[in-house]
Amino acid sequence: MNANITKIATGTPSERRKAEITKDFIKSFSIILVFLAICVLFTSLNEYFLTWNNWLNLLRQSSINGILAIGVTFVILTKGIDLSVGSVMALAGMMAANLVTTGNEHLVIWSILAALGTGAVVGLANGVLIARINVPPFVATLGMLSMARGLTLIYSDGRPIANLTASLRWIGSGNVLGLPVPVLIFFAVFLIGWLTLSRTTFGRYVYAVGGNEKAARTSGISTRTIIAATYVICGLLAGLAGLVLTARTTAALPQAGIGYELDAIAAVVIGGTSLSGGRGSLVGTLFGALIIGTINNGMDLMGVSSYYQQLLKGAIIVLAVIADQIRK
Amino acid sequence: MTTGSVTFDTAQQSTTGNGFLLEADGVAKAFHGVPALRNGHLKLRPGTVHALCGGNGAGKSTFLNIAMGLLRRDEGSIKIKGEVVDFRSASEALDHGIAIITQELSPVLEMTVAENIYLGREPKRLGAFIDFALLETQAQKLLDDIGFPIRANARMSNLSLAETQLVEIAKALSFDADIVIMDEPTSAIGEHEAHILFAAIDRLKHRGSGIIYVSHKLSEIFEIADEFTVFRDGNYIVSGSMKETTRKELVTHIVGREVKVVEKERPNAGAPILLEVRNLSRESEFKDISLSVAAGEVFGIYGLLGSGRTEFLEAVYGMETPTSGEVMLAGRPVPRGKPRESIKMGMAMVSEDRKDSGLVLSSSIAHNITLSALSLMAVSGFVKQQKEREVVEEMIRSQRIKTSSSELAVENLSGGNQQKVVFARCLTTNPRLLICDEPTRGIDEGSKQEIYAFLRDFAAKGHGVLVVSSEAPEILQVSDRIAIFKAGTLVDVIDGHGATQQMIMELAS
Repeated sequence: MNANITKIATGTPSERRKAEITKDFIKSFSIILVFLAICVLFTSLNEYFLTWNNWLNLLRQSSINGILAIGVTFVILTKGIDLSVGSVMALAGMMAANLVTTGNEHLVIWSILAALGTGAVVGLANGVLIARINVPPFVATLGMLSMARGLTLIYSDGRPIANLTASLRWIGSGNVLGLPVPVLIFFAVFLIGWLTLSRTTFGRYVYAVGGNEKAARTSGISTRTIIAATYVICGLLAGLAGLVLTARTTAALPQAGIGYELDAIAAVVIGGTSLSGGRGSLVGTLFGALIIGTINNGMDLMGVSSYYQQLLKGAIIVLAVIADQIRK
Repeated sequence: MTTGSVTFDTAQQSTTGNGFLLEADGVAKAFHGVPALRNGHLKLRPGTVHALCGGNGAGKSTFLNIAMGLLRRDEGSIKIKGEVVDFRSASEALDHGIAIITQELSPVLEMTVAENIYLGREPKRLGAFIDFALLETQAQKLLDDIGFPIRANARMSNLSLAETQLVEIAKALSFDADIVIMDEPTSAIGEHEAHILFAAIDRLKHRGSGIIYVSHKLSEIFEIADEFTVFRDGNYIVSGSMKETTRKELVTHIVGREVKVVEKERPNAGAPILLEVRNLSRESEFKDISLSVAAGEVFGIYGLLGSGRTEFLEAVYGMETPTSGEVMLAGRPVPRGKPRESIKMGMAMVSEDRKDSGLVLSSSIAHNITLSALSLMAVSGFVKQQKEREVVEEMIRSQRIKTSSSELAVENLSGGNQQKVVFARCLTTNPRLLICDEPTRGIDEGSKQEIYAFLRDFAAKGHGVLVVSSEAPEILQVSDRIAIFKAGTLVDVIDGHGATQQMIMELAS
């Protein structure tokens, strides 16, 4: 690791670039090890685990939580939290589905824009409450968790919207080059998110605001705008996740996404991003989401009761944080 | 030991039972293979104040951290009252009678002074219920005994920074320790509180305790210390009696060479006005302040803690919004309360507390340096890595930041190096006016002179500097003109060439 740092500082340009790219992975090294260990464990316990089909399935299952977790990472890096993402998924899914049921066949693009737009608007509301009116993030998004759910129920009158057109369902169940569309969306979001955080001025400002808001302001950063923007991103991705979920379940359910915020936060925390802001990476979050997905998948294969799955998942969250503490 | 001999014979007194409270020899510690301390050596006598001196990176902090159990040493020996010790935690050190007062404050703001002092050691009734009455009496007695004018039942959040520091000191003293380590105890307090502290130190001395005192303010060391030890670059250099050394000699030991005091030349008369402040006020903090800084000028502001000087600077820079008045830079009005706009117009600010508002400690040196100017190194939002690296390398070189890599988190640097990173960040935006609030706080003598020289050079290029300091010698050394602040008002502006310490201190109090 030190050798790598030296390379970044003193190496030739190409050496530097390589070192830079691997740097993020090295930082997330322990989490990758944990992930590999879990894979080895399940491989030895179940022969079906390490098959291509199962992995496609696993990735598909992880993709929704993964998309959510990427948005939540932005927020947590600024020392915030977003508890409303599960409800936002349901609301966005509802908005998207309503436009493309049989007898109401708009182009699927409208449905996509509706989902993303809904998410972004709710995210903006969170951002304004938190960054402008100074409501603590926990409280603002807890309120939004309930409000967005309420809006979903009012809008749908508590009933699911089914009969989606094939074009929307394709987002959930289609394949491109042998890879499921949700997985491709997840990877694309990861790549864009990773580039944003590590390569853009905005990404730097996110880390700076989370690390020391006052110093960031002294340095001329519009901290309120940055904070609000992270909630918009988080809401937008929750809307996208809601769209994918709706497409996969082939119906928009008013109770969709309940409790999803907890898995998303868990993925971020397992991935080593600090709840006190300023430290963490999307590579960590990627593997955090994969670990949660792998545990679910592996235990499903072995026929472990979902009650035990809950127990084990909780234990792993705590263990991941302990491992991180020890490493420091 | 009260009148004891002041001779220093380091080699022959190393047997046990010679009456030293603390004896350290050959203490070494390396981090990731880089030695931070090579040969830590110190002998503390009971009833004395022992100044531990050294520049940034001298190894003082590492040595003290080892002495109080926060770090384990790699080599060497430490004896407490003749007994060889190797502490694994701060509480073990405390059990051996070592208490520590750090510059880092860690008060629980929502609790009272008494609760803070006895946090975790509250007197209890029936083994579980805190006896608040006894707690308060105990704390009040402690505060009265050491002469701190603070009420034990006051809420911490209502205390000033200086009072908070005094409470932290009281807390350390409440352990009845034989050895008290004080690391920059006066960095956050004014002259008045400092003298209250010195009186308390005197009482401790007469009780027979030994005090290891670390401060970059040499005048303090000469005021209260009996003996001194100097570290430089991780090595023990010399120790001796304060009575037998001079300021110049001590500085030479600390820096390792003779320090040239920065000379200042009078700026050109008739230079254009760079900064003009008209009738600036903010609530109860400061009232109706007007002043101007010419191009090429270092303008000093001197005032005691609470005189409104920091609040004034923050309002000029835009961290806080003034209630009335205006600020003009090179003839153009500066928008209120927008540091971002102030930077664009050519201001930069080195704030008082680098940990609080100067640096993102968890981020790397490189990312801190370029934080203000990042948008200038970006094309459509993407940071140009090559360009950024060039700026970082240039700044590390020109500001002489000592580090093995620009990728290191700033929290790993010493105070002086951290301050250089703050200056580097300010310079990346090519400012015309540099605003500095206590630019040398917690920085050693050698680096101080470097900063003074830098400020003078910066102004000589036709820029302006507005600097606040609570150290009179500092203000006198760097300023062309000096404004005296008192209770939120500007008392007077005097010529900095030829002013004396007595003059400005009288005006300020």
